[in-house]
Amino acid sequence: MPEPLLKIEALSVDFKGGGKTVHAVREVSFEIHKGETLALVGESGSGKSVTAHAILKLLPYPDASHPSGRIYFEDQEILSATKDQIRSIRGNRIGMIFQEPMTALNPLHTVEKQINEVLILHTGLSFSQASRRTLELLEMVGIEQPAKRLHAFPHELSGGQRQRVMIAMALANHPDLLIADEPTTALDVTIQDQILKLLQKLQARFKMAVLLITHDFGVVHRFSDRVAVMYHGQIVETATTAQIFANPQHDYTRLLIESEPKGRPCAVSSDAPVIVQTEDVKVWFPVKKGVFRRTVDHIKAVDGITIAVRQGHSLGIVGESGSGKSTLGLAILRLLFSRGGIVFEDRAIDHLNQKQMRPLRRQLQVVFQDPFGSLSPRMPVAGIIREGLEIHVPDQRQEHEAMIIQALEAVGLDPEDRYRYPHEFSGGQRQRIAIARALVLKPKLIILDEPTSSLDRSVQYQVIQLLRQLQERHRLTYLFISHDLKVVRSLCHDIIVMRLGRVVEAGPVWQILENPASHYTRTLLAAAFS
Amino acid sequence: MSPINQRRWRNFCGNRRGTISLWLFGILFFISIFAELVANDKPILIHFKGHFYTPVWHVYPETRFGGEFESEADYRDPYVQALINQNGWAIWPPIRFADDTINYDLTVPAPAPPSTTNWLGTDDQGRDVLARLIYGFRISVLFGLCLTGVSTLIGIIVGALQGYFGGWIDLLGQRFMEIWSGLPVLYLLIILSSVVQPNFWWLLGIMLLFSWMALVDLVRAEFLRGRNLEYVRAARALGLGDLAIMFRHILPNAMISTITFMPFILSGSITTLTSLDFLGFGLPVGSPSLGELLKQGKANLNAVWIGISAFVTLSLMLTLLVFIGEAARDALDPRHVTDA
Repeated sequence: MPEPLLKIEALSVDFKGGGKTVHAVREVSFEIHKGETLALVGESGSGKSVTAHAILKLLPYPDASHPSGRIYFEDQEILSATKDQIRSIRGNRIGMIFQEPMTALNPLHTVEKQINEVLILHTGLSFSQASRRTLELLEMVGIEQPAKRLHAFPHELSGGQRQRVMIAMALANHPDLLIADEPTTALDVTIQDQILKLLQKLQARFKMAVLLITHDFGVVHRFSDRVAVMYHGQIVETATTAQIFANPQHDYTRLLIESEPKGRPCAVSSDAPVIVQTEDVKVWFPVKKGVFRRTVDHIKAVDGITIAVRQGHSLGIVGESGSGKSTLGLAILRLLFSRGGIVFEDRAIDHLNQKQMRPLRRQLQVVFQDPFGSLSPRMPVAGIIREGLEIHVPDQRQEHEAMIIQALEAVGLDPEDRYRYPHEFSGGQRQRIAIARALVLKPKLIILDEPTSSLDRSVQYQVIQLLRQLQERHRLTYLFISHDLKVVRSLCHDIIVMRLGRVVEAGPVWQILENPASHYTRTLLAAAFS
Repeated sequence: MSPINQRRWRNFCGNRRGTISLWLFGILFFISIFAELVANDKPILIHFKGHFYTPVWHVYPETRFGGEFESEADYRDPYVQALINQNGWAIWPPIRFADDTINYDLTVPAPAPPSTTNWLGTDDQGRDVLARLIYGFRISVLFGLCLTGVSTLIGIIVGALQGYFGGWIDLLGQRFMEIWSGLPVLYLLIILSSVVQPNFWWLLGIMLLFSWMALVDLVRAEFLRGRNLEYVRAARALGLGDLAIMFRHILPNAMISTITFMPFILSGSITTLTSLDFLGFGLPVGSPSLGELLKQGKANLNAVWIGISAFVTLSLMLTLLVFIGEAARDALDPRHVTDA
């Protein structure tokens, strides 16, 4: 068998800080051969990115250290290489794509300057020669009107375009190995598909090896030859893709594969009363220009949406980023100014001011997307949950404690932990705290704004199970905003598909998913379920 | 204390220079608060013919101790001291001069160099330099603390209102501040000192009118940022009112930058008072102050002990405050990790 391109032997990475040592990576070994794609899979905190950064010695030394291990790239040992040797490898023979395209590109440099930098550094071309090559690269990665885009700044490009620019930068010098650290996580589903197909095409063309780091098994299934599964800093299983999916050996691998959102929404009666309905709701943000700040145009985030949700049902609001789904949710919650009718429990709420809305807020609760940002870092869990109780049931102060304990038990958390602070909990647990905060008031309607998007697969699965149970037990109504069609399928009864502020399609879930009427819905479905 | 604050306190204590400065400053301030018990021309306690007397707080005529005058006893007079020592004892403070006591027993003309009676010498009117330093330190620090405290409070309130509500309140507030901060403070003080005799409170009032603007920008920026935070939105969705959101959720974030700034505002206030006294527009004539001592030091360059002692005291005080401020800033910086 030919020598592997990259060989990692018993690599360990320790991080020192605050008096403690964290063993981020423990004796990890794997190899990548020329031209093959190895997917490194694991959940957040498993050590995948740290391993990838170690290959190029990009870790924050001296806080990071390697108690053991060696990395061989084509006979060159990396961890003991000199600065010059490593510099000649980085960007030249090993290219890297990072997760967040916005923060990985320098916001002050044009696209041309950034890609030229890589070329000039390693090939000694002049600036104008490099610019010509950059133009070729931009065409190769599929950017439209590349000549115009040469002088664009990163903030003028969309997410997908930025990621393509990063790919162009990484491939500028025809590297032998491409490390792609979650290259599509921050992108919309349809763009994800395009980027991965582009990577595949380029890999075939340049006969590159690819180390693909991801937590998405769908991506793994479609694009990788071999898979290595990481858990808590160790590799628990390595096999070819076919073997992993057909016959997963390790328990954790099995857990990951089985954490596809499953199941069907709970049964409901179709003549339940309508809890919330909107009538041609519009949220237009004015664009002000000129010295006198005159309104010249509007950004039509939500442009005439009419929905109706019955008690006990879940409505899934699906769309890509920028479609207006979160804005619609905030408008219904009356946290944003909107026009058009909003009726909640047979009472028009669109013209109420904040003071009048306050007593109604008890019935109308929300769970936000980011479990790290939506809980105040200074208050213990009990305080966070008590906040709502203090406003809406102030006269039952003695029972507050009991209600908090009840809510925590209902979401599956230990009530003993209620005096701890949010940063001591994991992402999934924090999302449960957020759900408990909404639940403790016993609301009729809960708006869930992408509650599982920031969570790992297995945690997502548990949270969806929990939401389903709670809906059945308490006859809750959900407005579930998400871009993930698989999650929506397992939880929602009805669905509306939004695009650029308008409804593209609406109807019961089984109907839309099986017989989509519009082309856009079909594209979404293809990207989500292929 | 929440774990965040515990960690911050630990970080602060880990900074040895800051902790020592804090202790030193605290001790000096504590001593200066009790200046009447440390440097005074009256004894702290007298035991005379079976009764206790506290001359610091009560006025006793000389006749009480068997003398002839009905005016207050001059305890520095050897005659009175002999009267007292015949029938009792007296406990004196370590420095037997108050800030305004003139030493009539000087053997050399004032300003007199340091000797065993006047440890740091006297100023050009024969008053003890060390006593004036202690009283002057107290006035400076108290002025600084009052000014810092009240202007911080006003600054936070104005910044919070501007940042949270934005819109017209912010616009008008910012424009007002721009105009207001353009007014010349020193000229106003000069005009004031020709109308009234400025004392501590007048000076405090005028300085307050202009120093509250220091913190507004910081707090306003924090509130502008904070009102868009996810957990603030969540609190609004729960039905929390504006005041509760401002106070409970956003203000703690703003307090970090505020507390970081406060020691520097304090040293700035002390310097302001000192420079006003130096120019002659500050506290009334005769008040003990570091600036006045510096002025005397400048006028009597051959009496180096005056200038040097004022300079050393002022530098020491400001250096300690700067070290404390640096330590506080590092402790509150979330990215700065000190090894335990």
